[in-house]
Amino acid sequence: MSRKGRFGEFGGQYVPETLMNALRELEEAYFRFRDEAGFREDLERLFREYAGRPSMLYFAERMTRDLGGARIYLKREDLNHTGSHKINNVLGQALLAKRMGKKRIIAETGAGQHGVAAATAAAIFGMQCEVFMGREDTERQSLNVFRMRILGARVTPVDSGTQTLKDAVNEAMRDWVSTVGETYYLLGSVMGPHPYPTMVRDFQAVIGREVRTQILQREGRLPDCCVACVGGGSNAMGLFYDFIPEPSVRLVGVEAGGEGVETDRHAATITRGSIGVLHGMRSYFLQDAEGQILPVHSISAGLDYPGIGPEHAQLHASGRAEYVPATDAEAVDAFRYLTRVEGIIPAIESAHAVAWVRKEAPRMSPDQVVVVNLSGRGDKDVQSVARYMGEELS
Amino acid sequence: MNRIDSLFARLRAEKRKALITFVTAGDPTLAATVDLCREMERAGADLIELGVPYSDPIAEGPVIQAANLRALANRIHLPDIMRTAAEIRAVVSAPLVYLLYFNCILQYGPERFLKECLESGIDGLIIPDLPLEEREELAPLADQAGVALLSMVTPVSGERIGPIVRQARGFLYCVSSLGVTGVRGQFSTDFRSFQEEIRKHTGMPTALGFGISSADQVRALKEYADGVIVGSAIVRRVGAAADRADAIRQVGELVRELRLALDE
Repeated sequence: MSRKGRFGEFGGQYVPETLMNALRELEEAYFRFRDEAGFREDLERLFREYAGRPSMLYFAERMTRDLGGARIYLKREDLNHTGSHKINNVLGQALLAKRMGKKRIIAETGAGQHGVAAATAAAIFGMQCEVFMGREDTERQSLNVFRMRILGARVTPVDSGTQTLKDAVNEAMRDWVSTVGETYYLLGSVMGPHPYPTMVRDFQAVIGREVRTQILQREGRLPDCCVACVGGGSNAMGLFYDFIPEPSVRLVGVEAGGEGVETDRHAATITRGSIGVLHGMRSYFLQDAEGQILPVHSISAGLDYPGIGPEHAQLHASGRAEYVPATDAEAVDAFRYLTRVEGIIPAIESAHAVAWVRKEAPRMSPDQVVVVNLSGRGDKDVQSVARYMGEELS
Repeated sequence: MNRIDSLFARLRAEKRKALITFVTAGDPTLAATVDLCREMERAGADLIELGVPYSDPIAEGPVIQAANLRALANRIHLPDIMRTAAEIRAVVSAPLVYLLYFNCILQYGPERFLKECLESGIDGLIIPDLPLEEREELAPLADQAGVALLSMVTPVSGERIGPIVRQARGFLYCVSSLGVTGVRGQFSTDFRSFQEEIRKHTGMPTALGFGISSADQVRALKEYADGVIVGSAIVRRVGAAADRADAIRQVGELVRELRLALDE
């Protein structure tokens, strides 16, 4: 890491000058509080008593038997308060924002999971909250929009660009440059300018630390493979981080293959993207030859993003982790499969990781262990899956 | 000597201020951009910023975002813009600078980009998402090519101003207030102390931009810098015009008003 906030050549701080002092203030506050006992105790208590941590590691016995290969464990982030892993990062950052004396938080959201988590944190910490969400996403995730509103947040639909997560990030950054003194930008993934990729990864790393303890108790050894879906990549980074120094653990990130990576309707950033700069970071992006960011598609609003966090970019470049696509159709099949076989309705995002396991687990031996991050629950997706299957719910 | 440096040296000798105007390249067409630049210079612009349209212009407000979309809808590519810049250079003697996002340069290839800038008569670059900490990957190449890589300072830059101005080339872009580009009714910035803070560190030419749209604002703010930058107010007229001739007439009218206010 030659320069500050870099993962190899990736990362950095490609933002307007107006934000540079705010990033420095954030960085200083984060590194100061991160190691402070009081801050850590407060966060641990919130994790335990409010978010419901540790989340369960569930042995998916029926799925294991049905697939007839590796032993499959599900890390149940879907059981967290607000229904996804997003709460881990949000509690950490909201606690930090409070310590920094900020009165207002802003956030971007795709599927609405991060927006709901941010609105929740704003409620318990007594802060104002505004969530930017692409117009198209407000329509396909109307349940989460309503959840944010009753939590007291203002949801601002974004009409610019492609009206999805990328544009919500643009709009949040535009708000932040206008209100930088009083506002805390609570970024939802391991992306954006330094220190966000590091800070969000640290708050999410609790996932992998718990998995290590839990799997050692259950299996007496480390897993052979850890799998998670990747959009920006926070749930995957959270699962992977603790296992990066363990060469025996295979790390797999599953990208949104949309209608197929051979079409132009997908969000498979590493599979099909190239190195560029957007949203404050150097990483992989889906872009044309002149750097214009391309429209992306995924059935999952949470993976519908043309970039990926810089630490993933580095894990890909170094070969430490592998990134593979799963299509909309495979994700919907996996969504229905897990629901039927294990009685767990996964978020359509997480279903991408399940889809990979369905393909790979049968090729593995029964003494191998796979951990899948079930990053969120799927109640929010029931409507869009029904629509995909050609059924209209009233 | 770079055209930007010559311009400010001349203006300083004449005790005049610089009027810097902005249009988005290709809005509504590249041919119109050539005409608009020629008209702006005739009406009194000293330096012209050409915005390179981008899919994700995070520093821009709604007016310039809309112009970017209009231009991109014409499927305009950077080589077309380079050719247009050369056409503008043939009829305009004012310094020309690009305002663009770093990814455009990165994908084009910095060496090729700078070489073509030079060939097209582009004198400088404003890159809103390339702050001091990241400029190292472009600055030495730009210096070598003789293309001025401008720097921005803002009212919240504070102690960053010193290090920033030490690297700055051409003129210093002073951001008038927090936020994105666009028309503002009023400013809450203490311009006097902002200017004094800058002057502690540098005697280089300065220009105030972001939100300056009217002759009245130019009158009120001109004492705080060596020049003023007007963008969104011009782009808005281009967007609202009935046709190309109307756009040229309206933009010319506004630039003349601004020039008068600046020279009063």
